[in-house]
Amino acid sequence: MLILHCPNCGVDADETELAPGGQAHLKRFGPGSSDEDFHDYLFARENPRGVHFERWRHAHGCGKWFHAARDTATLEVFATYSAQTTEPPQAVLDAIAARRPGWTWRHES
Amino acid sequence: MKRYSAFAVAREALRNHKGWGRAWAAPEPKRHYDVIIVGAGGHGLATAYYLGRNFGITNVAVLEKGWLGGGNTGRNTTIIRSNYLQDPSAAIYEKARSLYETLSQDLNYNVMYSPRGVMMLAQTQAEVRGYRRTAHANALQGVQTEWISPARVKELVPIINIDGPRYPVLGALWQARGGTARHDAVAWGYARACSAMGMHIIQQCEVTGIRRENGRVAGVDTTRGAIACDKLGLVVAGHSGVLAEMAGFRLPIESVALQALVSEPIKPCMDVVVMANTVHGYMSQSDKGEMVIGGGADGFNNYTQRGSFHHVEETVRALVETFPMISRLKMLRQWGGIVDMTGDRSPILSKTPLEGCFINCGWGTGGFKSIPGSGWGMAELMATGESALTRAFGLERFREGRFIDESVAAGVAH
Ligand SMILES: Cc1cc2nc3c(=O)[nH]c(=O)nc-3n(C[C@H](O)[C@H](O)[C@H](O)COP(=O)(O)OP(=O)(O)OC[C@H]3O[C@@H](n4cnc5c(N)ncnc54)[C@H](O)[C@@H]3O)c2cc1C
Ligand SMILES: [Zn+2]
Repeated sequence: MLILHCPNCGVDADETELAPGGQAHLKRFGPGSSDEDFHDYLFARENPRGVHFERWRHAHGCGKWFHAARDTATLEVFATYSAQTTEPPQAVLDAIAARRPGWTWRHES
Repeated sequence: MKRYSAFAVAREALRNHKGWGRAWAAPEPKRHYDVIIVGAGGHGLATAYYLGRNFGITNVAVLEKGWLGGGNTGRNTTIIRSNYLQDPSAAIYEKARSLYETLSQDLNYNVMYSPRGVMMLAQTQAEVRGYRRTAHANALQGVQTEWISPARVKELVPIINIDGPRYPVLGALWQARGGTARHDAVAWGYARACSAMGMHIIQQCEVTGIRRENGRVAGVDTTRGAIACDKLGLVVAGHSGVLAEMAGFRLPIESVALQALVSEPIKPCMDVVVMANTVHGYMSQSDKGEMVIGGGADGFNNYTQRGSFHHVEETVRALVETFPMISRLKMLRQWGGIVDMTGDRSPILSKTPLEGCFINCGWGTGGFKSIPGSGWGMAELMATGESALTRAFGLERFREGRFIDESVAAGVAH
């Protein structure tokens, strides 16, 4: 069972307390954007075997959203952090790089 | 290839079974093939088989990073049915189910297809309406299913409790020619038939890169060296995202773990497959007597082929209400597989943005039943560039908004 630290209320929450919310840091494309961008925003996912940034909601706790950086192949959790950001904070990127030498953040256009 | 028959069994019995030989060859990879299929699960092997059988294309290699059938094909609960709602799904799943009927004879390999009947319980009013609608749709599609009463459910499955307090059984969608098959045997049977046509099945050969030349596919890099090809088929289920990245595109797919478990073996008590979708549980009894139980999937991206205990608990808790007699059963084994979930929960059989590269994936929690039909359609698509069976399952449907909305039938498991 996954245990994630909720940065909003400080609780170490069990998976059963949490609701997964999919890939984080998607750039939103709405009306007026190209079909290609809108399609990618809605459907195309990175789905990596390795470092993944994702959204979670502390559904049966404080109810708030947060972000997690996790390895999908080992289930290692690198960090959880505020949802009020469009990119992972530098400290989170450093924590991942320390564990996964050579890994870099993609910086989507 | 030596044919298997009653006569062969008798002959071998008389000479200490020394004359059987390998079921499939283990050749060294060549430098070039007309077609390379990545992934020796059921879908990859069936694609190769029908390329040879229906189109005479036999200069084919199937590359597998682990062992043949070691992915979801060898980890599933083997339910076979074709009672889907939408026409494109009914067509490909029914094609598959009908091929299963004679697959043992076609492959000369016993895949133990057992059309024992599949029952989908309706335990809410919404399900009653949904399954009645499916039964009507199936009648129009030529798929034989029927809506049955709670009394008939009880008659077919005496161990069921039809008036449970929370989820009484209100009826069921019944497909008498649905059932189960031996999962490993499906992979082994196709592999043996492919090998007999001269195809190369190369195990422990992981594809690590995809080579491109002038905008089209040129070959693959593998842990056993570079291999060139004219056409490439990616058939790797949960690892589709990883292979797509090598080929330079992204997919509407997320990989999650789905798990199953089996009980200790008991005397025969249930000779049909029962699915209870409201409570996310389904069950059948294997020939060895174990109750085979499947449940829900994780909701987050996961590449570890494990499960988690709380899913087991949820599933078993739900089933105990409907089958009170299993409450004292001990569970023997539990395992997981990585399933590939698409945006509309229907599969993808398609050309890709990379010329010459095709993909077959997104079968998610329910693609064992479709192996023969999927291989049939995929082979046609790869050989001719077009297939009536696969047309509706192209990647472009997500951009064009032409979803195949089967989530009612395939959103959970099986
Ligand atoms: C617990 C569970 C229960 C299920 N129950 C049912 C059921 O009752 N009925 C049903 O119809 N379906 C069921 N399914 C779904 C079904 O198992 C799958 O849809 C189906 O087996 C997929 O087959 P496949 O050939 O596409 O994939 P797989 O069998 O997973 O084969 C893909 C292969 O690709 C290989 N591969 C991956 N990456 C590489 C690489 N880089 N290089 C080389 N090879 C690679 C893998 O090792 C694997 O062997 C279930 C699945 C699970 C996990
Ligand atoms: Zn919280």
